[in-house]
Amino acid sequence: MTRSSIGASGRVENDVPAFPMPRAKGCPLDPPPGLRGLQAEAPLVRIRLWDGSTPWLVTRHDVQRALLADERIGSDSLLPGYPHVSESFQARAADLQTFITMDDPEHARQRRMLSPSFTLRRIEQLRPTVQGIVDDLVDGLLAGPKPADLVSAFALPVPSLVICHVLGVPYEDHEFFQRTSRLLIARETAAETALAAQMELVGYLDQLIGRKLAEPADDLLSQLAVEQLQTGQMSRQQLAMMSLLLLVGGHETSADMIALGTLALLTNPDQLAVLRHTDDPTVIARATEELLRYLSVAHGGRRRVALEDIEIAGEVIRAGEGLVLPSEIGDRDERVYPRPDVLDLHRDARQHLAFGFGIHQCLGQPLVRVELQAVYGTLYRRIPTLALAVEPSELEFKEEGFVYGVHELPVTW
Amino acid sequence: MHVAADTEKCISSGHCAMAAPEVFDQDEETGIVRLRTDHPAAEHEAGVHDAAAVCPVLAITVSAERLG
Repeated sequence: MTRSSIGASGRVENDVPAFPMPRAKGCPLDPPPGLRGLQAEAPLVRIRLWDGSTPWLVTRHDVQRALLADERIGSDSLLPGYPHVSESFQARAADLQTFITMDDPEHARQRRMLSPSFTLRRIEQLRPTVQGIVDDLVDGLLAGPKPADLVSAFALPVPSLVICHVLGVPYEDHEFFQRTSRLLIARETAAETALAAQMELVGYLDQLIGRKLAEPADDLLSQLAVEQLQTGQMSRQQLAMMSLLLLVGGHETSADMIALGTLALLTNPDQLAVLRHTDDPTVIARATEELLRYLSVAHGGRRRVALEDIEIAGEVIRAGEGLVLPSEIGDRDERVYPRPDVLDLHRDARQHLAFGFGIHQCLGQPLVRVELQAVYGTLYRRIPTLALAVEPSELEFKEEGFVYGVHELPVTW
Repeated sequence: MHVAADTEKCISSGHCAMAAPEVFDQDEETGIVRLRTDHPAAEHEAGVHDAAAVCPVLAITVSAERLG
């Protein structure tokens, strides 16, 4: 037995718990009980992944934060020891990378091409457009039949319409890119299927980039085509992959925050009442941060690899060892958030890790905030009688995905 | 109170400008942090500490007074 097979608690290899872990039946919005157990045990423990590897699991908020901001950890998914989510994620990483699985300086070079488009000022200018999209979809919901599926009628269209507007992707193609995105996000998609979906989506975006080059419009893809592709800063394939990241990242997570957030509120009526009875942007913004903390939908753990030996929280992480950092448990750490399992829209949750932390923290977060604030500030005031049309126990959750959510959310009013 | 922001580390998240807009701004071109003042008024002290805590790359340092 090698030393590396002994976990933080000294347990031998066979006792290393398998990861990911299932959530408890009846508590779909809480992290898996197994993760809580490990969090109570130690800040760093060994886990076993799908390929038999035993990286470190980081359980506590402060240690997750410290490591994610540490320059001695890397995100390059081609490094040995990188803890891949699944076989298909590994296959896709070997095929094509985006800057979220690269280290600096290339990561910073590519990210800085995008950051001017995601400043607070630029995103604030989009607020009326986003609000208009939300208002129109609420109108459509109210005019349509009930019960309705909130996911397909509202939660997915809001961010899809917004990201299409920002990027300059035709929304008419949403069925295509939503289907392929879903395949890319699901952990259990077969490697071949994921690679085919990736190729299909890259091909689609490559064609679109060609059209933008020929006829630049006032959108982000045109801007990148002209400023980065034509000047030789990026290859056409790199730009297509970056576009894929923006398109996929731009709608799935927000859609899950909208649908799951609504479920969380409908099952916590006193909290729902907070949003139903306010138009105060400060209250809505604070509530949004708490819902981000409480739901932490990008679940399953951020993946890193140690570039050097790191001594932290009583352990030594060796260079080349993998790290898994699930925000869904870090954001329920009672050392930071008293009564962490209570949804409390009045608490200050701004230090949540739902968008990650460190140099890879979500680029699109100002846009996500504007979307969620528009939704949470509108939906429950416009439809005060909104209610679940099924028992919560009948809902099916996206356990299998890298992003947690609910497949359908039947609602009535 | 003295505040400093490391523009090399900054990833343009905008958290500081959200937490204390009177003290932090984002460069129009790049999104990188710009200090409106490095000696914030006492009334902005809490916001500056918040900004330092939520900055994802720990680029903000707050000290009681300018060192050295």
